[in-house]
Amino acid sequence: MKDLGFILLSWSVTLGSMALLALATLRRAKSLAARVSDDQKPWL
Amino acid sequence: MSDTTPTPHGAALLGAGTARRSLGTATPATRIIGLLTLATMTWVVVSAFFITSPDVVQGDSVRIMYAHVPAAWVAYLAFVTTAIASGISVVRRHRTLGFDRVAGASAEVGVLFMGLALVTGSLWGRLTWGTFWQWDPRLTTTLFLFITYVGYLAVRRIDATPERRAKRSAVLALLAVLEIPLVHFSVVLWRSLHQEASVLNPDGDVRLDGLMLFTLFSGVVAFTLGFVWLVIHRQRLQALVDLQGTVGLDSAIAARATEAVLR
Repeated sequence: MKDLGFILLSWSVTLGSMALLALATLRRAKSLAARVSDDQKPWL
Repeated sequence: MSDTTPTPHGAALLGAGTARRSLGTATPATRIIGLLTLATMTWVVVSAFFITSPDVVQGDSVRIMYAHVPAAWVAYLAFVTTAIASGISVVRRHRTLGFDRVAGASAEVGVLFMGLALVTGSLWGRLTWGTFWQWDPRLTTTLFLFITYVGYLAVRRIDATPERRAKRSAVLALLAVLEIPLVHFSVVLWRSLHQEASVLNPDGDVRLDGLMLFTLFSGVVAFTLGFVWLVIHRQRLQALVDLQGTVGLDSAIAARATEAVLR
């Protein structure tokens, strides 16, 4: 039971951190990209 | 004004109302990478929890390894990428900022994954060794590597022009990457509580069951795809931040010039 708790905690922290970083990145990018025209974005 | 008409102050259109703007930093390629990441990650979680068997020695705690090992791998990959991009930015005189942004984005993601490797390793250690932490060579050098790259990110945040930031951080990145061989071979160089590599060991003997190895390999693929996705988006985000800084400066200079003319 203790093993399962630690395993779940490990995976939750791992997947949660990755998801949070991804969401924070997308959110900030969306906010900044809205202020810049597409011709200023070399990836488009 | 057409979609691509530049403003009087450089080509930037910050604050202009009619220019076409896509939302975010996504492109079709990043969407495909994102979907592949989600698919492989789902398989890894399902396999790690429901398909693979417990290890004969570690028991169920081996399921943490399917997150711990890929996280450590991606951290190494990220720091090596940072060093390579920094090296290119130092050698090449033109387009250095693009490589500098890749270096910075890779280090940010690397610090996250190194932190995850430390946390998951600590939880695994509590179950297997009976302790969260030991001042063991592998653990200590890994912590030192983590702190070094946190320092690298701090140096990147020191107020400076993007060019100065690139030069300064490249030097640090090229020095910091030298720690990676020390971390990796610490289990061989010193007496360590941490086990030696089960897959990439010097004698080439793979000490893992087939399905466990496949799950671990899938984890490495999933985490690597996630790393690529994050680095692409974060370096584009940094480009937007730099652009905003340049545009802000342009606007301030233009405002001052207007003030001077009015006086």
